[in-house]
Amino acid sequence: MTDLSVDLGFLKLKNPVIAASGTFGYGLEFTPFIDLNKLGGFVVKGLYSSPKQGNPPPRLVETASGLLNSIGLQGIGVKEFSEKILPQLEIFQTAIIANICGENEEEYAFVANYLDKQEGISAYELNISCPNVKKQGFCPALDPETTYSVVRLVKESSSRPIITKLSPNVKDIVEIAVSAQEAGSDAVSLVNTFLAMAIDTETGKPVLGNVFGGLSGPAIKPIALRMVYQVASHIKIPVIGIGGILSGKDALEFLMVGAKAVEVGTANFIDPTSTVKIIEELKEYCQVKGIENIEEVIGSLTL
Amino acid sequence: MIKHSQARITHKETWEDYFLFSLESPIIASQAQPGQFIMVRTSLNSNPLLRRPFSIHSKEGKNIEIFFQKSGLGTSLLSQKKPNEFLDIIGPLGKGFNSESDLNRKDVALIGGGRGIAPIYFLAQKLRSQGASVRVFYGGKTLSDLPLREKFEKAGIKLFCSTDDGSLSFKGFITDLFEIEIGKLLPTYIYACGPELMMKKLAKTALDKKIPAEFSLESVMGCGFGVCWGCVRKIVKDGEAGWHKICEEGPVFKAEEIIWQEEEK
Repeated sequence: MTDLSVDLGFLKLKNPVIAASGTFGYGLEFTPFIDLNKLGGFVVKGLYSSPKQGNPPPRLVETASGLLNSIGLQGIGVKEFSEKILPQLEIFQTAIIANICGENEEEYAFVANYLDKQEGISAYELNISCPNVKKQGFCPALDPETTYSVVRLVKESSSRPIITKLSPNVKDIVEIAVSAQEAGSDAVSLVNTFLAMAIDTETGKPVLGNVFGGLSGPAIKPIALRMVYQVASHIKIPVIGIGGILSGKDALEFLMVGAKAVEVGTANFIDPTSTVKIIEELKEYCQVKGIENIEEVIGSLTL
Repeated sequence: MIKHSQARITHKETWEDYFLFSLESPIIASQAQPGQFIMVRTSLNSNPLLRRPFSIHSKEGKNIEIFFQKSGLGTSLLSQKKPNEFLDIIGPLGKGFNSESDLNRKDVALIGGGRGIAPIYFLAQKLRSQGASVRVFYGGKTLSDLPLREKFEKAGIKLFCSTDDGSLSFKGFITDLFEIEIGKLLPTYIYACGPELMMKKLAKTALDKKIPAEFSLESVMGCGFGVCWGCVRKIVKDGEAGWHKICEEGPVFKAEEIIWQEEEK
């Protein structure tokens, strides 16, 4: 019997597979397809203090093995989530992680404080890296000082563990990860999407209504993997790997370079059963290789 | 209940760039309503990555049909599938046409432009079964864009066709033919699916003449079941305009709910 559970220190997961924010709704949307209890956890769609309208369409364009989006975090606010969604999530035996957004530092803290008063949340993922909210993809995760400042504020003012979600659109992602760690973040998750664009050659205009968008999907996996490896090699807090994971093999690559868990995103659109299939594939891999505990795989890379 | 399943292609028809697949899917067939759609995986590789949305064209027993035009990589790959192969599908999705029987829908006009004819057949059959008198308007660029006309005629549905180049029937836009015909008999309800400009014109006519109307909108979709928020349109709900998901709140909306896109160029 293989043990797939992983321990992030502040949170034990029954397996290392977490559904990523923005690709999994508020969880309930996936109940026609999978048993949520099978997941290591899921991260709900980003929450602001009030509902957000998001960006003008078109918001999606497919690129080679990738998906470019400029949604702009449209969604219900923290109040509606707490009152209408969260009570329905109570019955599930899986880690529920709330993704927290903010126009400014105070809003991040406000949302965290609001959620502190609610039951049934395992941790917060601090979304400081969405490229679709401000002009030119600007977000706190682009700079070590703004990263430090917002993580510090939320950490000091709220009671739950914090996972800081990092942007790949930086010169040195290790430097940002170190900042998050110094500010007290309990873990980091990486990477968010890559700032990118696509052109309609018929009209000579950008395809996306917002001009720029964030690229996700298998196209970004090798770059995300390299970044996760670099970060995991340099920080002490756990790393959650994200970026184009479609299969158990993809997840294993991230675990081998040092990620303690992974988030599965775009795959949920293509096959809503992806997360469960990936868990099955991890189990099968461990059985074939005679691995008793998946934690043996984590950081097992040999150069 | 939304179902994710593998559906066998039991029958395929081909007309140049247009295709019709019959899919064995008892659960979807038992629930499907006109105007709802399914998401189809066109490739098991990662290119193209996303599923493609297709209106349910009809249901016959335990089968549903989809009708589509080859217009890009996804539909091109799909068009190469053969009978007895399986398609990975999710459905039925979305909210379809309001097609419950009531007095308002005695004399209905259904308009399909190009591939937008897809959901019209299913709707026409349902409305007819409820005793409505149905007129279908089917427009395309040229003769080869109207492959389903025989199917409608065979079913005994009153059909009006137009082609932009006059290669078949009325020469001009379907909206022009529609204006002429409703001058003779005003419909009590309008349903349409097709190009944006066609629907925009029809919506104006419907609002001017105070005829209730519903439109099936099209969009690129990431998931088809409401989680990605990628397919939004500007829609008025409760007196307020905002971005609403076509996949979940639509794809069918009422004329007065839709804010039409500005004419470009």
